[in-house]
Amino acid sequence: MKRLPIQPVVRGRATGPLALLQQPLSLWGGLDIESGVIVDANHRDRGLSLKGRVVAMREARGSSSSSSALVEAARNGVAPAAIILSRLDPILAIGGLVALELYGRVIPIALVAEADWSDLANGTLVQVIADSDDAYLDFQEP
Amino acid sequence: MELSDLDQALLGGDFGRAASKAMSLLVRYGEAVGASEFISITSAHIDGCLYHGPSSIDFAEAFSQLGGRILVPTTLNVAAVDVVHPGWNRGPPEVIEAQLHLTALYESLGCLATLTCAPYQRMIRPRLGEHVAWAESNAIVFANSVLGARTDRYGDFTDLCAALTGRVPLSGLHREEERRPQLVLRVPAWADTTLSTEVYFGCVGYVVGERSRGRVPYILGLPEDATEDSLKAVGSAAASSGSLALFHAAGITPEAGACDVSGIAVETITSDELSGAAGRLCPLEVGEPLAAVCLGTPHFSIAEFGALAHALDGRRKDPAVEIYVSTSREIEAAVSQSFQFAPLRSYDVKIVVDTCTYLAPVVRQLEGAIVTNSVKFAHYGPGNLRRRVGLMSLERCLRSADLGRVAP
Repeated sequence: MKRLPIQPVVRGRATGPLALLQQPLSLWGGLDIESGVIVDANHRDRGLSLKGRVVAMREARGSSSSSSALVEAARNGVAPAAIILSRLDPILAIGGLVALELYGRVIPIALVAEADWSDLANGTLVQVIADSDDAYLDFQEP
Repeated sequence: MELSDLDQALLGGDFGRAASKAMSLLVRYGEAVGASEFISITSAHIDGCLYHGPSSIDFAEAFSQLGGRILVPTTLNVAAVDVVHPGWNRGPPEVIEAQLHLTALYESLGCLATLTCAPYQRMIRPRLGEHVAWAESNAIVFANSVLGARTDRYGDFTDLCAALTGRVPLSGLHREEERRPQLVLRVPAWADTTLSTEVYFGCVGYVVGERSRGRVPYILGLPEDATEDSLKAVGSAAASSGSLALFHAAGITPEAGACDVSGIAVETITSDELSGAAGRLCPLEVGEPLAAVCLGTPHFSIAEFGALAHALDGRRKDPAVEIYVSTSREIEAAVSQSFQFAPLRSYDVKIVVDTCTYLAPVVRQLEGAIVTNSVKFAHYGPGNLRRRVGLMSLERCLRSADLGRVAP
């Protein structure tokens, strides 16, 4: 088991297979909030379902409505299990907070240091422990 | 976070229960983004008024039921549907009722139902250095870059909390040091590319947004006489391809002169990169059937309507092709009352208000391509509308409308 330190943005715990995106995704306009599948026609991961995944992208992208897209996807039960970034995104942060506030859905959001980014491997089962300052990712060995 | 007396009063309920609830969420948000104190804002622009589903209503209703009232002048971004022309709606019919309800909720909180993504064109123009809380990615870039006002990248929900308290965490682009350029990009002069001017500005923005990867760019080489509409195209494209919320452009934007870029290596964007972006945004084939021309993403300005009226004067389009232009009710009223814009009416231009045709489907024909001169439309349209969309100059859009097919 490999462990990587993270910095919590929205606190909580989650587990899921890691979806390491090949480029940033705007959740609004990029994610079908009823199915959880990427629909951005120009995105390299088009067609991938993010439902229940620990989604990793270096930075976010695009619309101010991405917070609504995250909350609506959570309400529909198709949101990512957690979101890992290397650059803080204020729009996803409020989305995570409101998903909890309105619907009690915990979607932890956390930052991984840029230097550790290459340790993220697509498909690995990962546990996000981000409910205290001592936060980390645990990777299951493949 | 360190809370001032005002923040404590807001949190403690001195300004009512809705302001208290909003402040409580803002404190959690401030902690999430690592801020240590709050500052005051002079206006808010709200994106959360666009109906996405029941969560949009649930959030606004929670504050409305507590008798909430905004504390700073607050405008509303676009809605999910044009309720003035419900017959044009090709989306789910129930969205009209839901959107009317949501807009009314925001109005009950004191917001102005401006319903535009470009409030900066005529309605509200914050001054250099003024702190505001704006949501809507293109409005954020415009306020920061072109007007030199200071807003972070606000999303739905934060926007309303800021309006209800007049406070935001001192974070992101509110901070002087976060506004400094982190990369320098030299773009080719328009004359050195093969693109039309509109496609040039849009593709510059698109590539700058991709290259910047969340950092603040300083752009060299943009024409110093670039109009506000051109800068609107740069910003909206960059906020679509990336998360860009502020750019400096040498000789153009108000904070560029004070930027120190001496220690930053200059990266070059080539003419081929711009052409490559233009190609990706126009996957259409010459001669394929055309359903519609869609303009006004972000909302068309008076000047853009003037240029359109001039360009289509005396032309006749293929009757099967529709032409839609999105704008605010306020600009639509000005356009519909002026003789100068008569050619729009004889060409049967349909002016969509409150919303935008890249998110609210209006095109009648279900088959056939849509062409646009907007990078933002070409970027989001295919995913949102599940249609074939192509970016091209206004002139080529109109030639295509004449032919009923994508023109060369």
